[in-house]
Amino acid sequence: MSTPLLTVEDLNVSFPGRGGVTRAVRNASFTLGRERLGIVGESGSGKSTTGRALLGLIPHPGIVTAKTMRFGGDDLLACTERDWRRLRGRRMSMVMQDPKYSLNPVRKIGQQIGETCRLHLGSSHKDAERRTLAMLEAVKIRNPDVVYNLYPHQLSGGMGQRAMIAMMLVAEPDFLIADEPTSALDVTVQNEVLRILDDLVRDRGMGLIFISHNLTIVSSFCDRVLIMYGGKIVEECAARDLQNAKHPYTRALIAAAPSLDVRRAELATVTRDPEWLL
Amino acid sequence: MIAVKDLNVTFQNDGRSIHAVRGVSFDVAAGETFGIVGESGSGKSTVLKAIAGLVAPSSSAVEVGGRTAAMRRSRADRRLMQLVFQDPYASLHPRQTVDDILREPLVIHSIAAIDEKVNAAIADVGLSLQHRFRYPHQLSGGQRQRVAIARALILKPPILLLDEPTSALDVSVQAEILNLLSRLRQSYSLTSILVSHDLAVVAHLCDRIAIMQLGRLVEVVSAGDLRAGTVNQDYTRELIAASRGFTRAVT
Repeated sequence: MSTPLLTVEDLNVSFPGRGGVTRAVRNASFTLGRERLGIVGESGSGKSTTGRALLGLIPHPGIVTAKTMRFGGDDLLACTERDWRRLRGRRMSMVMQDPKYSLNPVRKIGQQIGETCRLHLGSSHKDAERRTLAMLEAVKIRNPDVVYNLYPHQLSGGMGQRAMIAMMLVAEPDFLIADEPTSALDVTVQNEVLRILDDLVRDRGMGLIFISHNLTIVSSFCDRVLIMYGGKIVEECAARDLQNAKHPYTRALIAAAPSLDVRRAELATVTRDPEWLL
Repeated sequence: MIAVKDLNVTFQNDGRSIHAVRGVSFDVAAGETFGIVGESGSGKSTVLKAIAGLVAPSSSAVEVGGRTAAMRRSRADRRLMQLVFQDPYASLHPRQTVDDILREPLVIHSIAAIDEKVNAAIADVGLSLQHRFRYPHQLSGGQRQRVAIARALILKPPILLLDEPTSALDVSVQAEILNLLSRLRQSYSLTSILVSHDLAVVAHLCDRIAIMQLGRLVEVVSAGDLRAGTVNQDYTRELIAASRGFTRAVT
């Protein structure tokens, strides 16, 4: 990991509203190399907002400020809408949580994935079809030629999520954000999807940000983990050391989760300390 | 307390019939917490709904408290068991206050002293009286699930059916709800069935656990055996392995 793929310093995202400004992300700083970086936290901790800010997808009236936000050779802070369109899809991509809501329900899977190739790679129809079929095969879909002609509602959750991943990866981005990519999936399917992402990081040297609320998955899948609470990164540690985390919030989260290994009469609850946000 | 014998449920859809539950049998003793785990489409929720009388089994096969449950449940049958649903955002009426929601079962069953019972139910699930006249949208997800549990328990039913009661909640909130459930289970000596896709949750709360796959009951194991991995079926082993997190090796 010589030069990081992505450098973020002091990222702040805030949403002005009637009751004052909501600070969704507070002074977040991190770097990403060609590795799997996990972001964990509960709902409202700012993990998805961080991901969206990196792709320039914070909707009006949200305000994104940072000291540095660099991706490869590009300064993301200076990006115009035109620059973003050049980056998104081609060089950075995001897999959303639920394939049901993020695929276009009235277009066939093949057409949707092919569109990415034609827009970002300038492929011909024929080339787009070839790439799409190859990509569907790469995400372990058994009958790519059949799935090519199906509509999203004809796919199961796991298949839909694989189709989503195929669409995001067909343009071969350097950097992928996976926002709860397996939360809507069954545990046995979840592992297959993770294995596909894992292969892509290893074989293509892609950088991956993996957003999840599930500590077990993150600690077993990622290289490094950021723990977010109330918009702040409260702790950063190696994924395998998550069980020995130091921050009281991380420790409380681990203790609150029921485990197959340890029998607990009562689960610990999280007592929140306002000082964690200072 | 509950006996399910050769339960079959078939849904008719566009001329196609879907056999959602295929010959499932099990018994739940009084005071026991029985778990059902399985992946989506395994029929676990359908089994629970058939016990609650919300879907009609193709062969009547459910016995509750020694009596065969009729297809159409009487008011007395309904007082025997109550259900808590998965999504607290969808299972509470958005235009009713907590007070309205908790009052309704008491009114339907013509039970006296409504006011005290509502207050007691609110206190029982760890909410405070200031929540009584709030609407569901003014409550957090965990507080809403507490209201749903209070509604289920306000009739003091001996049986509580739980359909994924914590899967829409954060880990810290899930811990609070699971603690609440195990406390209530003891103080009311409830018999309960918990349906979940999360093995760790089921092993935490239940004594015996049924594993379901594609409408069939794969096996019934004790929580201890599930933790230790001493199970008989390959599918159960696969589920346990998958629940322990990501492994690179192809299973």
